Amino acid sequence: MSFYTNLSTYLILALFLLMMGIYGIIRHKTFIGMLISTELVLNGAGLNFMAFNKFLAPDPAVGQIFTLFIMGIAAAEAAITISFILAVYRKFTTGDPRGMTDLKG
Amino acid sequence: MSMVMDFLFFGLVVLTMAGAILAVRGRVLMHAVLGLAVSLLGVSGLYLFLGSPFLALMQVLIYVGAVCVVLVFGIMVGYTPNEEAEKVPMGRNAFLGLMASGSAAFFLVVMVISRTVWTPAVERLNDFSIEHVGESLMMQWCLSFELISVVLLIAIVGAIILARDGRDEVSR
Repeated sequence: MSFYTNLSTYLILALFLLMMGIYGIIRHKTFIGMLISTELVLNGAGLNFMAFNKFLAPDPAVGQIFTLFIMGIAAAEAAITISFILAVYRKFTTGDPRGMTDLKG
Repeated sequence: MSMVMDFLFFGLVVLTMAGAILAVRGRVLMHAVLGLAVSLLGVSGLYLFLGSPFLALMQVLIYVGAVCVVLVFGIMVGYTPNEEAEKVPMGRNAFLGLMASGSAAFFLVVMVISRTVWTPAVERLNDFSIEHVGESLMMQWCLSFELISVVLLIAIVGAIILARDGRDEVSR
């Protein structure tokens, strides 16, 4: 049994991507860094769907379509977040989340 | 032949993992985007192994081609190009605790994955071909297909409205 015909290999790789993404969200200081880590998490989810689709699913079209939807949502999310970052940058003139403390008493 | 495939697969796995580590640990923000692009390319190669050349091409087109370019634009607009991706300051104990809980969770899930007995479907309805993907996209999943186009339209319009909001104040 080879590695690439084994479901567990893909699942563990997707788990690694998820862990790295969560770690990046915690560790990154900038909004863009957090967005990059979010893309890693979404990509791990897509890899999981494709792996289950290849090895277990009765209809192999479903996983591919769901992965396509994840890609579409990720693209929309990236566009919206970039425009948020632009608006926030205009108001606070910084990309550092710790500088935005208007509501802090 | 199998040897070559093994080699190729390990290359793609190493590419994906190295890209993910660079995306998270990169010192300069641009390097993080580069790491993300490398990682996404590796995953698109894995999609080839999973029997879907269409998804591999879409991954390169949408993720590497569009999302990464949008991220580069964001860095150029909001930050300096070689902005340090400075990390949140974290005490030694907090870092060790994060590492310990993270690796414990990782090994628990790996144990669950390796212990589970996966049962494949009894029979396959159709094959992996792009014809069937398009067919079920138009028949079975038509509503979701239309909804995601609405979501994308709203995202585009919303992005334009959000981004041009400050401009009026400046011109006034």
